[in-house]
Amino acid sequence: MAQEMRILLKHADQINPESAEDYIRVGGYKGLEKARGMDPRAVIEEVKRSGLRGRGGAGFNTGLKWSFVPQDIEPKFVICNLDEGEPGTYKDRIIVEKNAQAVLEGMAICGHAIGSKKGYIYCRGEYPHLVQLLNKAIASAKACGVLGDFDIEVRMGAGAYVCGDETALIESIEGHRGNPRFKPPFPGVAGLWGKPTVVNNVETFACLPYILVNGADWFAGIGAPNYPGTKILTLTGDVVNRTYVEVPTNVTLREVIYELGGGIRGGKKLKAVQVGGTSGAFISPEYLDTQIDFDSMASISATLGSGAIFAIDETRDIVEIVTRISRFFEHESCGQCTPCREGTFRTREIMERISSGKGSIQDLKNLELLGKVMKDTSLCGLGQAAPVPILTTLKNFGHEYKRKLI
Amino acid sequence: MITLTVDGKQVQVPEGTMLLEACQLAGADIPTLCYDPDLKRVGSCRMCVVEVEGRPGLVASCVTPVANGMIVHTESPRVVEARKVILELLLARHKLECHTCEKNGNCLLQDYCYRYGVTTSRFSGEMPKFTKEDPNPFIERDYDKCIMCTRCVRACEQITGAKAISVAYRGHHAKIATAFDGNLADSTCAFCGQCLMVCPVGALTSKLSKGKGRAYEVEKVRTICPYCGTGCTIELNVKDNKVVGVTSVRDEELSPVNKGALCVKGRFGWDFINSPERLTTPLIKENGEFREASWDEALDYIAEKLKAIKSEYGPDAIAVFSSARATNEENYLIQKMARAAIGTNNIDHCARL
Amino acid sequence: MANYKEIIATYKDKPGGIIEAFHAIQKEFNYIPEEALREAAKAFGLSEAEAFGVATFYSYFSVKKRGKYIIRVCTSAPCMVAGGDKLLEALENYLGIKLGETTADGRFTLEATECVGQCQGTPVITINGKPIPEVTPERIPEILSSYK
Repeated sequence: MAQEMRILLKHADQINPESAEDYIRVGGYKGLEKARGMDPRAVIEEVKRSGLRGRGGAGFNTGLKWSFVPQDIEPKFVICNLDEGEPGTYKDRIIVEKNAQAVLEGMAICGHAIGSKKGYIYCRGEYPHLVQLLNKAIASAKACGVLGDFDIEVRMGAGAYVCGDETALIESIEGHRGNPRFKPPFPGVAGLWGKPTVVNNVETFACLPYILVNGADWFAGIGAPNYPGTKILTLTGDVVNRTYVEVPTNVTLREVIYELGGGIRGGKKLKAVQVGGTSGAFISPEYLDTQIDFDSMASISATLGSGAIFAIDETRDIVEIVTRISRFFEHESCGQCTPCREGTFRTREIMERISSGKGSIQDLKNLELLGKVMKDTSLCGLGQAAPVPILTTLKNFGHEYKRKLI
Repeated sequence: MITLTVDGKQVQVPEGTMLLEACQLAGADIPTLCYDPDLKRVGSCRMCVVEVEGRPGLVASCVTPVANGMIVHTESPRVVEARKVILELLLARHKLECHTCEKNGNCLLQDYCYRYGVTTSRFSGEMPKFTKEDPNPFIERDYDKCIMCTRCVRACEQITGAKAISVAYRGHHAKIATAFDGNLADSTCAFCGQCLMVCPVGALTSKLSKGKGRAYEVEKVRTICPYCGTGCTIELNVKDNKVVGVTSVRDEELSPVNKGALCVKGRFGWDFINSPERLTTPLIKENGEFREASWDEALDYIAEKLKAIKSEYGPDAIAVFSSARATNEENYLIQKMARAAIGTNNIDHCARL
Repeated sequence: MANYKEIIATYKDKPGGIIEAFHAIQKEFNYIPEEALREAAKAFGLSEAEAFGVATFYSYFSVKKRGKYIIRVCTSAPCMVAGGDKLLEALENYLGIKLGETTADGRFTLEATECVGQCQGTPVITINGKPIPEVTPERIPEILSSYK
């Protein structure tokens, strides 16, 4: 029987997330203390060795990302990405609500490693209560003196999914439209106000104190070797338990859905599961025994992404659901690059046509071509990922489309 | 130096060069819409995508720095397919009325559709309905033809500094707008027309030239703008021996002073040329009425009067006021005449128009 | 009601703080009035066109007047399969307005939103930013009665 493994959420609901004292009482800020006793380069090495990979969706090795930051340019910035906009995802909210101090500590560890004195938390506009919570948590940590000379400021987004992209997020902090930048230059070299900037996800930062305290080897030994540690998943759709869980990364989708999620509501059969949020692939039940870690998901052309698990039962109309998803991307495209701005709009038109029974076989061909070109040519991840739910359902559930055609 | 291979041809370029320039050096003709050599790059139209071996997606060549050993294909089937789809997507939002469009024959969207054989769009559906009448006398704004390359926004900011327009709204609803999406006259627009100079399609055109001749019908006569002493290069667009418009020259060698930038007078202030109210001969006022005179008569009359005033009241009773519309050389001569011929230092200049 | 000039002055020295200022203005006025937008542009060194571009980019900002309470119904896929569409329809019927409209008494504006990150309790609505989970059509009168 698969079980949760709580590291980040170990003290959930037992400590006040605003209170640095509470956090210190359960061992908090020891990781930062240890890091500050180490050479910054040794901290980066330790994080690299732990195998920690970005929990925001891209899965890039965190220590390696830090190592690209030039040492000789000042100032440098640390940004915590709390803009989780991926539908079906709320893990970062849970982490902050249960263990905000660990996020602050993780940011300060990063600050020490790259030589930055200033951190920003970019919190999505949908979470105003977290802005308040974080401001209190920062004040508490400052009052305890644990942050030292590392300063953290909270900024709030205003309803733009695309700001989850690190360069769009930077633009937004700078007070601009949230248009992603082309890369290179990468934020590590030229980020916020053109200065070297590390942007990591909330969950990534929250892992750091535990890695520093328990050592890289300890972390590297948890879960899947290529994507070690735990992952917080959020279960939505037709599962019995619509909830969140923290699990080692070597659990399988089947264990997540049928054991931790309690199976499918009403004893129905599972039709499909979308992993990684609304931009993720729709997987058919034959792949349920795949581990959730990044590389295992990639091996079945899926992405772990944000860790959202959206299960739908056999009675659901998958074309209708994907049509809704296409509307999401149309709404959230920033409108900067042609393939995404026009592609998400036309995709939604075609999906609505098919879903309402007016689509033709040519529409399916056009969808596939459009999806391919969007993936190939869009400026940022939004436009590149927007076609994924369509392309994967066309491939795995093509019959559902075909039966709706005229 | 960086060495890379473009369409089988090896080229060497300095580090930091963008792929677009490297490809051009290798002789490749890369289509671009948002790229403009005088404006900051945004890499957003994606027309300039090329295939670089080993890279997962196609890359926008205008914003991708070269790297050693890159193997680049600029017209591979994958690239051509992507460009065709991008053109079809743009066509699907572009009000197609080439038959009456001012930019017919001078439109990049048209050129690229021709080049890639794109006749219709497989993605046509709802069309944008952005365009509304902007009652200013100079600039026609037909945003139903806009392809969102944002060259106009960047020209307004980076060439003129007016910042009258920006991108407003988001996604497919995004459009070029002034603050509060109003008329140009209510904005900081200076009507310099740099926006229509850089617009690659028919979204921004001159109201004054409307219906008077397309680019291929007019003869372009390069000259200097007569309005002030700056000396901007302009091109008179001449059709049937009449000036039907003014365009500018962006080539730095041919237009060293202004590199294509003009002000409202230079770009739009040419309609006086064919005006029936224009003076074509000197006039002499007699008994409160003007009558036509020859140049000889007029000049003799002036010389006579100046001499008379000078002998009766002295040279300082005369002042000379010259025009900014005259050239430096002409202004030099007039001051020379004031000081040497008339003998006064009373010489001034209107300084501006 | 606080003066928008005072609100903007509070954020003036924050680099890139125009978005924070817009939030604060909207908290007071429920939308960004034209004169407040002009003032913010000036304070943050942006052209008015740019400031308008920023305000219209983010879906939580409005440059049009709205009701006292903004009801947002999540239309993302997880809420959709949990009955979000029926809920939206029921709200439209109950309030007698369509999506994007404001009730005649100026009390409620109905908007759609994408995921608000409360998916443990689908379907979700928010009223002036406060999430209300597991809303059913039957619960609408009771929920809205506390917003006077």
